[in-house]
This record gives sequence, C-alpha cells and structure tokens, in this order.
Amino acid sequence: MARLEVKIGDLKLKNPVTTASGTFGYGTEYKDFIDLGCLGGIFVKGTTLEPRQGNEYPRMAETPSGMLNSVGLQNKGVDYFVEHLYPVIKEYDTNIIVNVSGSTIEDYVECAEKLADLDKMPAIELNISCPNVKEGGMSFGVSCESAAKVTRAVRDVFPKAMIVKLSPNVTSISDIALAVEGAGADAVSLVNTFLGMAIDIETKKPKLSTITGGLSGPCIKPIAVRMVWEVYNAVKVPIIGMGGISNWQDAIEFILAGSSAIQVGTYNFIDPTISVKIVKGIEEYLDRHNIASVGDLVGQMCK
Amino acid sequence: MKVLDFTVRSNESLNDKNHLIKVVPANNEPLPEIFPGQFVQILVNNSPDVFLRRPVSVNFTDVINNELWMLIKRVGEGTEKICDLSTGDNMNLIFPLGNSFSIPDKNINTLLIGGGVGTAPLLFLGKKLTEKGFKPNFLLGGRTKTDILQLSDFEQFGDVYCTTEDGSFGEKGFVTDHSVLQNKNYDFIYTCGPKPMMVSVAKYANANGIECEASLENLMACGFGACLCCVEKTVRGNVCTCTEGPVFNIKELTWLD
Repeated sequence: MARLEVKIGDLKLKNPVTTASGTFGYGTEYKDFIDLGCLGGIFVKGTTLEPRQGNEYPRMAETPSGMLNSVGLQNKGVDYFVEHLYPVIKEYDTNIIVNVSGSTIEDYVECAEKLADLDKMPAIELNISCPNVKEGGMSFGVSCESAAKVTRAVRDVFPKAMIVKLSPNVTSISDIALAVEGAGADAVSLVNTFLGMAIDIETKKPKLSTITGGLSGPCIKPIAVRMVWEVYNAVKVPIIGMGGISNWQDAIEFILAGSSAIQVGTYNFIDPTISVKIVKGIEEYLDRHNIASVGDLVGQMCK
Repeated sequence: MKVLDFTVRSNESLNDKNHLIKVVPANNEPLPEIFPGQFVQILVNNSPDVFLRRPVSVNFTDVINNELWMLIKRVGEGTEKICDLSTGDNMNLIFPLGNSFSIPDKNINTLLIGGGVGTAPLLFLGKKLTEKGFKPNFLLGGRTKTDILQLSDFEQFGDVYCTTEDGSFGEKGFVTDHSVLQNKNYDFIYTCGPKPMMVSVAKYANANGIECEASLENLMACGFGACLCCVEKTVRGNVCTCTEGPVFNIKELTWLD
C-alpha cells in the first residue's frame, strides 16, 4: 500500500510500523504469531563486537503499566550474527535493521564495518543509549560531544542508512539529536528506556541484580511523545518514535508529534500480534480522515 | 505457539489460596498437542497496573472435554484477578510454551516430587507416564495439610506419599526427609516447586546417582524467547527458561556447585 510507505533517508519502509530492538529477538521468535512481511521493519536485538552474557538474574521487574529490565545486551556477537542469524532472517520480506552497541568507539566502528557488506541489511541503528551496560552504551548518548564523535566515526565506514537511537536520560534530548544530525545521522530513533529502579520492601533488596534498569511500557508514553515533539522541532532528519506504544492510537499520536515511523517495543510481550494490528489501525485511520498518505500526518498536531 | 481466547468452564477453590481453573478454546477448536512441563501465558484483564502476562504450568489436559487445566495461587494482584474469574469469562492465552519433561523409553522407577502449587505439572506428567504403561510414584509436600492439592487426582495415576512441615498430613518434615526415599529405589526423579526444595531434591538425586529434571519458575516477561529476562545460569551460559526450559536436567544447572 503506497499510502503507508515511508522513507527514512535511503531506507524505504512499506509502512511506518517497526519493532523495537530487544523486544523482538531476531523476528524468528514471532513468526508463529504474525506474517513478518507485514511489518515496515524489524530492529533486531542489540549486537556487539564480542559475545556478551548479559547481567545476572533477576533482570526484570514489573511496574505499574510497565517493566524494568537490565538484560545488559546479552548476544552472541556480530560474527555469530553474520554467520548464523543473518542467513535465516535475510529471507524475510521486510527491512532487517541491526541495533549496534559497544563499549568503545572502535567497537562500534568494527561492528558496523562487518554489517556494511550484508546485501539485505539496509540500515543500522546505533545504540548510544543502553542504560544497562557498565561501559559505553548510554554514556555515549548523554553528552553532545561523545554522541557526535561515535556517530561521525561510524558514518565514515557505514554508507547505508544510519539511525541513531537516543537516550531520554539527558537534560535536553533535542541538543543530542542536533549533535548526531550534525555528525551525519540519517535519522534518530527515540526514546530508549528511562533509568529507574524498584525495591522489594519485604526483603529490602533491589528487584534487579544491577539495582537500576531501563523502564519501558505504557507508563513512559507521555514523556516519550513530548520528547519526540521537542526533537521534531529541533532537527530536519526523520524521527522513528517509540516509548510505550500499545495500540494504533498510540502510533498515530507519535506520528502527529513528529515521528515518520514508529517502533513497537515492550507491548510485543503482551500481544505478540500487536504490530500487525497497528498497521491495520493506521490504515483505517487514514481512510476515516481522508488522508492520502501517512507522510501527510507527520508532525501535524494542531496547535 | 499461538494466541487464543479461551472460555472459563469452571473455577474451583481448592483452599484459601489455590484455584483450579478449567478453560476451553472459545472457538471450540481442538487443543493442539501439549506436553507435560509446558506452560501458558495468561493475559490479566481489567487491571491497568498489572502489565505482564502470568506464566502458569499446564496442570492437565482433558482431551475428551477439550479442557486445559491450570492451578493458580493467589500471590498478587495479577493472580487475584485470574482467581476471581467466573464460568463463562474470557481468558486470553499464549500457548503452548517451553519444553517438556522427558518421558523414558523403557519402564523405570519414577518419582515425581512437588511442593505446594509446584505440583501442578506433575499431575499431567503422571498421566503421560501412566499412558505409557509406567507406574509413577508421587511425593507431595506442603507446610500444612491444606497445601496438598489434587490428592485424589494424583492417586489415579500411582502411589502418593506426602510430607507436611507441621505434621498435619503424611510424614512430618520436608520432601527430602520422607522415608520412601530410603525404602524404595528410583531411577528418575522429576521435581517442581519452590527453588530451595528443588535444590535439595537435585542434591539428593545427584548424591544417589539418580537422573533428575527440575521445572523452573524464573520471572519472565514474554515467555517465548524475545526479552531474555528469565535467564538461568547453566553450564552453557545464560539461557532463557521460557524456551530452553522450563525443564532442565539438573546436570545442566549450576545448583550442585
């Protein structure tokens, strides 16, 4: 359906609905539930240069209308991805976008170089916002200088679409967005999880092994919408919005705030079919409001 | 794996905390094959604070009536809402999830050890073992008499031994104290229940050269391998309890260290 098509730099999505890294595995985990070809794209699990075992259990705590996690980028490393996972998932009729994370700028660069040669992988998402790793991760995303530095370094070796995923744990997310736009990002995605914590009052222990973790789910949605709107007013590059989207109405809200595309994250755990329901809901909304193309809706909140 | 609406056919209170809920597919489609040890993820309706689904073992499948049985213990707001469901209410499930207990090829002496609501999957396992012509034994433990659930159901499938911590039913003490462990020889032990109990059972089995599988109940979000939250440390590193488990051979775990 052409009216649902979206362009993010050189990256063409058949519709604006994608799934967020860390909530959708490699897509294979969901193929019993939905036709992956119905999605605009799949952002696969955060991938690092070397394999990572992730953080100790417990890594998850439920919170009102959301959850905290501290998975800590458990993954088998980029070489395993290239050799074993990519050959399977490249057959999916959707965009496969790898979320890249690292502890040093060299890690990001080397990882991106290994992914640049994969034919059916049209883009990467640079994760400078993971709150659950000790080194690197979010620390790159909380200052304009380091965010720009890692973005520029990867830009130099990665010719395809590069999306930079921003942390909400900053004073001004639009300043960071401007910095990565200036450093060559083709798009920004926001928001990653909010740093939070929870304590078991009976044992008096933290509910996560790492004490703090990333908060996601419907509870963060209004803050995420506000941040998308702020960034939309600051930068020219397209925005992929996320944060607590759990139905098509939420997706429309993010689009009106300035998102060209959206990512469905934590709600995939509750309803693994939600992403395709959102595609349908957006299309029906366009029909009902006589809107020719979803692009016409981006940032169109009436003031 | 699929997402499917079910209808509650009955909800029976077994004691002050535990309910036996029987559901049937709302569209009456036949249940797919489900194996003992597998679990379902229950959507909690009408409770905005409860965000995640609740993972629950399959207690039994009644093929003739197309029923899936679950034992639910009231432990928090989510399970409260589930226990409050009435006949005719909707229940949305993702199922069947996870691996299953291994069923031996030849007739060996099996003991199924459960504690509290953790006995749930052992009823279903007992049925499968009986269908193979085996005679499983059961050892059920609880704090007190009313914690021993579905006793007459278990008795249909084999000899049942019990322990209670207060001595109100069966032998007094923990399951690992029961005299049957001294009096009979077992080749395979299956266990499900509180982790300290399962660790004791695993150590007993290991010390006596008995094969042993344990069903874990780690906290999880998705239930199908996407979130990587429910990991257990194994000899192969961190693995998801929901997809690589919930049933593990104790030799794979790091409990015996």
